Amino acid sequence: VMLPLKDKDKPVVQKLLSAGCCARCVLRFCCVSVQAETLKELHCFIGDTTDSGAAKSTEENKDEPAEDPPSKRPKLEPSLTGAELDQGSTAEKLKDEESQVCVVCLGILQELCDKNQAIKIVEAVKGENYEFDTLVLSVSLPAQLCVREHSCWLHVKTQLREKSIILGKDDVIQVKEAFKWIMQSLVAKELGGVAVSPFEVGVEFTHPETDADCHFLYVSNSSNIFTPGLFFLSHYPCPPIQTTTRCSAQDVQCLHTSVFVAGRYNKFCRSLPQTPWVIDGERRMESSVEELIATPIVSAFRAQGFNFSSSGREDVDVRTLGNGRPFAMELLNPHRSRFNRVQMKQLQETINNSSDKIRVRDLQVVTREAMSRMKEGEEEKTKSYTALIWTQKPICSEDITFIDGIKDLTLEQKTPLRVLHRRVLAVRPRVIHSMTTRFLDPHHFYLGLKTQAGTYIKEFVHGDFGRTKPNLCQLLKTETDILELDVEVGWKPLI
Amino acid sequence: MDSVEERDTEIKAPSVIDRYYTRWYRADMKGKPCEDHCILQHSNRICVVTLAETHPILQDGRTIKSINYQISNGCSRLKNKVFGKSKRGGQFLTDFAPLCRITCTDESEYTIYSCIRGRLLEVNENILERPALLLEKPSTEGYIAVILPKFEESKSITENLLSREEFERVVSKRSVAVQSQP
Repeated sequence: VMLPLKDKDKPVVQKLLSAGCCARCVLRFCCVSVQAETLKELHCFIGDTTDSGAAKSTEENKDEPAEDPPSKRPKLEPSLTGAELDQGSTAEKLKDEESQVCVVCLGILQELCDKNQAIKIVEAVKGENYEFDTLVLSVSLPAQLCVREHSCWLHVKTQLREKSIILGKDDVIQVKEAFKWIMQSLVAKELGGVAVSPFEVGVEFTHPETDADCHFLYVSNSSNIFTPGLFFLSHYPCPPIQTTTRCSAQDVQCLHTSVFVAGRYNKFCRSLPQTPWVIDGERRMESSVEELIATPIVSAFRAQGFNFSSSGREDVDVRTLGNGRPFAMELLNPHRSRFNRVQMKQLQETINNSSDKIRVRDLQVVTREAMSRMKEGEEEKTKSYTALIWTQKPICSEDITFIDGIKDLTLEQKTPLRVLHRRVLAVRPRVIHSMTTRFLDPHHFYLGLKTQAGTYIKEFVHGDFGRTKPNLCQLLKTETDILELDVEVGWKPLI
Repeated sequence: MDSVEERDTEIKAPSVIDRYYTRWYRADMKGKPCEDHCILQHSNRICVVTLAETHPILQDGRTIKSINYQISNGCSRLKNKVFGKSKRGGQFLTDFAPLCRITCTDESEYTIYSCIRGRLLEVNENILERPALLLEKPSTEGYIAVILPKFEESKSITENLLSREEFERVVSKRSVAVQSQP
């Protein structure tokens, strides 16, 4: 099968080949994408060799009228044998040319996108032990490829103008696209996958020998804007200079997009912080809610890290009862991402068996939107608390009745001193909707409260130097203190 | 909730101040006998300025005539305003910066001082409305001011202050001195 090239392409092909372009790059400039190595066919086409091969191609295309460059759809060509060509000197010349590093792609579209490279990439991916159905290839190329591409384009532009052919920069197929077209299918074939995927395999190339090619672009000069063409030509050779080395491939970087897990947690311990408590590199309190929940999950998903987020939180010394507080976490670069319901339930059990300080329920995989929804409605909720109160004065039944009868009490709460070092100083109005009491002994009782979200309960009880008004001391006309606090997070529809 | 053991209601569990604050003292402020101040330092470094229980205002059944936060023509502690988390705009105080002047009904006058370096966050306006608060609850609702020391200085500010034990020794020496006078 012949290359889809036309007569008009001949001078372009000729000029690019003698400038030192590889076959694939030549074809890119002719807006044709071919999978297999076709240097021989190109030489055939331009009549570099004698007889049959050349004649055939020119015959085929002779009667075609000049056209605009064809669309850039990749054309899958089977391997060509090139049996039409003479052996001997031509073969020698070809061999030399083939081993030369292309001046434009610096080897990227030569040996660096063959089956061997694909196998190397596949080995690297297999080594990282990811679980995936699909993959997408991402490529990073040295910047100087753009400079060299531009140089070659200028080189052939004048040639084409003479033939009244317009070759727009955008018509030329990009090196990156060509590379991905070839490699994506080679790699996918080896691994068994399809593009458009949460799993990205990143391939990066560098070419230190020509890194200086870009330096002339850093020159800050207003003349660049007005005469970009002249600027380029006065600073960079056209066509670009041959190099002796090709690009080097860096280590393959695999990345799986984040997976999100959510659920609700209860906290039964009065000495457990939400996040790790570390001061000056020293851990001040053992473990944390975050670590107890996240550690088994990160381990199961074989993730590199996590972001933990909950809908509100409680103090170190406060228990979380009731249905539990909603939380969501992002798992970064998980090596494993598929978990069915049964597996999630097992994971939940693992967490619950690992510690009696916390308990998790409704553990499930969710979307990214769940993380942001987590924070919504934090302000709207009503919270229920139970506090153990101490009073200096013995409690009498009038006190009990009085407290039970209070409805929708508005407090003015100045920022509590205990958080004032990291919060804005302000006065916050907060409502206590109702309270219930359960007598314990003359100096102790349990106080149940239903309050607006964001109410500081501890400060309501002891008054915080009188900076929360009204407070329980004032209401009961005695010194009061809070000995224990539990929060019951209200019912909320399942995520 | 979990069951509660029989609590000895005679002995009270540590108070809020006991749990979260450290008491520091400055005795005989500016050389004036017994004008002792007590600084309550929270574990987060915020300090509350209060009168020590030995301060003259709290002795001999005195009552307060007036409390004035206008310490000079150009400066009123009431005008203090802080903005944002970093508490910009708060008046910066040194050890001997006056916070307020208190006049008692027996015409005795006392100046209350900052005792520490730091940014003034707020002064207690409740005692303006009800001066009796200062006498009834000098350590809590009758506080004078809240100060935020610089982060770098949060440990060093206590170098010039007495711990509770040191203060008690100073106080007991006073009563000995009084007793030994002819």
